[in-house]
Amino acid sequence: MSLNVSNLTVHHGAICAVSQVSIAVPTGKLAAIIGANGAGKTTLLRTLSGLKTPTNGSIMWKGEKIAGIKPEALVRRGISHVSEGKSVIPELTVRENLELGAIWRRNAKESKESIDQVVSIFPRLGERLQQRADTLSGGERQMLAIGRAIMSKPQLLLLDEPSLGLAPLVIEQIFQTIRDLTTSMNLTVLLVEQNAMGALKIADLGIVLNLGKVVAMNHAQVLIDDPAVRAAYLGY
Amino acid sequence: MQKILETFLIGLSTGSIYALMSIALVLVWRSTRVVNFAQAGQAMLSTYIGFEIATRTEIFWLGLLFAIAAGALLGAGVDYFFMRVLFKHAVSGPAAVVAPVIATLGLLGLIRSIVGLIWGGEFKSIKAPASTDGFTIGEKTIPFSPLNLLIIVTVFVILISLAIIFQRTNLGLSLRASAYAPEIAQLAGIKTARTRTIGWAIAGGVGGVAGMLVTSSNFLSPYSLDLLLVFGFIAAVIGGLESMVGSVVGALILGIALTFILNYVGTSLVFIGGFVVLIVVLLVKPDGIMAKGRARRA
Repeated sequence: MSLNVSNLTVHHGAICAVSQVSIAVPTGKLAAIIGANGAGKTTLLRTLSGLKTPTNGSIMWKGEKIAGIKPEALVRRGISHVSEGKSVIPELTVRENLELGAIWRRNAKESKESIDQVVSIFPRLGERLQQRADTLSGGERQMLAIGRAIMSKPQLLLLDEPSLGLAPLVIEQIFQTIRDLTTSMNLTVLLVEQNAMGALKIADLGIVLNLGKVVAMNHAQVLIDDPAVRAAYLGY
Repeated sequence: MQKILETFLIGLSTGSIYALMSIALVLVWRSTRVVNFAQAGQAMLSTYIGFEIATRTEIFWLGLLFAIAAGALLGAGVDYFFMRVLFKHAVSGPAAVVAPVIATLGLLGLIRSIVGLIWGGEFKSIKAPASTDGFTIGEKTIPFSPLNLLIIVTVFVILISLAIIFQRTNLGLSLRASAYAPEIAQLAGIKTARTRTIGWAIAGGVGGVAGMLVTSSNFLSPYSLDLLLVFGFIAAVIGGLESMVGSVVGALILGIALTFILNYVGTSLVFIGGFVVLIVVLLVKPDGIMAKGRARRA
């Protein structure tokens, strides 16, 4: 298991957002985290990337305890987080947004190689390198956000609702890319999604959160076939 | 016609100094969301240090270097010892918004008192690095002097250096990213707190240059840079408070406008003129002249 979370509890002030969550994701697997609004999905991701400090519990990443370590340090240990809502900086150009992802490596040559790699994954970004990010469409922004995360050469990729506000066709493309990247780069991926069906279809594992607790965790296909999960989260 | 050109050139020289003060304020505002009133004090103390060096060595440029270094240290110090502590204690609510601004006002008073204790309240002057007598063209001497020209050139060099730092280096990218989107910057691995302190240092250094340049054609006292702060702030607002380019454009417009008022209307209206320019801009383009009519943050 490359990521091992046990008994994790996180508070927002007095409110308990994540309660005694235990999950384990093996290297190279894609785990979809689904659940209603306020289930604690985003808080869980923000705690894993270091943006939030847990009240209790432990997070093990590649055999080391990482709970409470700051995001800028966790990036250096291979954890990349694409936060909710197309996490790009609109005032910067596409190229600058990408360069940002590799900035901590302080290696201009590697950074250029990584840009070439991202452009080969998302050719649309290649045509727009000099444009400001706020001229991009919603789908392109999401590609840029994922591209920026890839620039940091991650081993653990945390994606928060990449499908938010995108057209169905674009969502399909983004999901397919996430699936391909997981396999080709041997990434461990946590994908938080409202679009439960789309996420489970590409995932290896499914985790269902409700009111801060894990209510189901199994192979994605098992969850898709589970009548209770279907009724509650897949809408049919 | 000739008087118009002369007024324009002197306005350019005046405005270019406002531009430096304006940039100092914008840099701090966009990284920290604080209008740094202490900037007048920081620049003033830096200028006193520059004044000491320039007077003792009789080398203006050495004084300028020390003023930059002192300004940078002061700026970094204000962020490190005051802002960081303040933000740790006042995390949210009205206190978090107001406390830092009040703190900068307090600092301004504090620096003033310290300067008064060390150097006294009397006017000092720095020997200008170039002649303040106007250029002579043919038979006529115009008010535009070699010092004015030198000021424009110096500011130009500093603006170009800043542009290179901000647009072409990793440090510049870190500074911009941390200012625009601290969380994304942090997720990208940037040490945002340290980057912000560096931003304050750059602002402080630029403020030091502004102080030295103003003082080269004027007197230095614990209050002599207050007007520069006011005009620098007006220029920053004209430029939209966020944009360095906007603040430079705003400062040049303001400098030229005020010099025209000075030459064609009279001294008494210059100060009021500054505020009239501000009010007109706020009424016509409240987000500043660089705004393109859309919200900056989603």
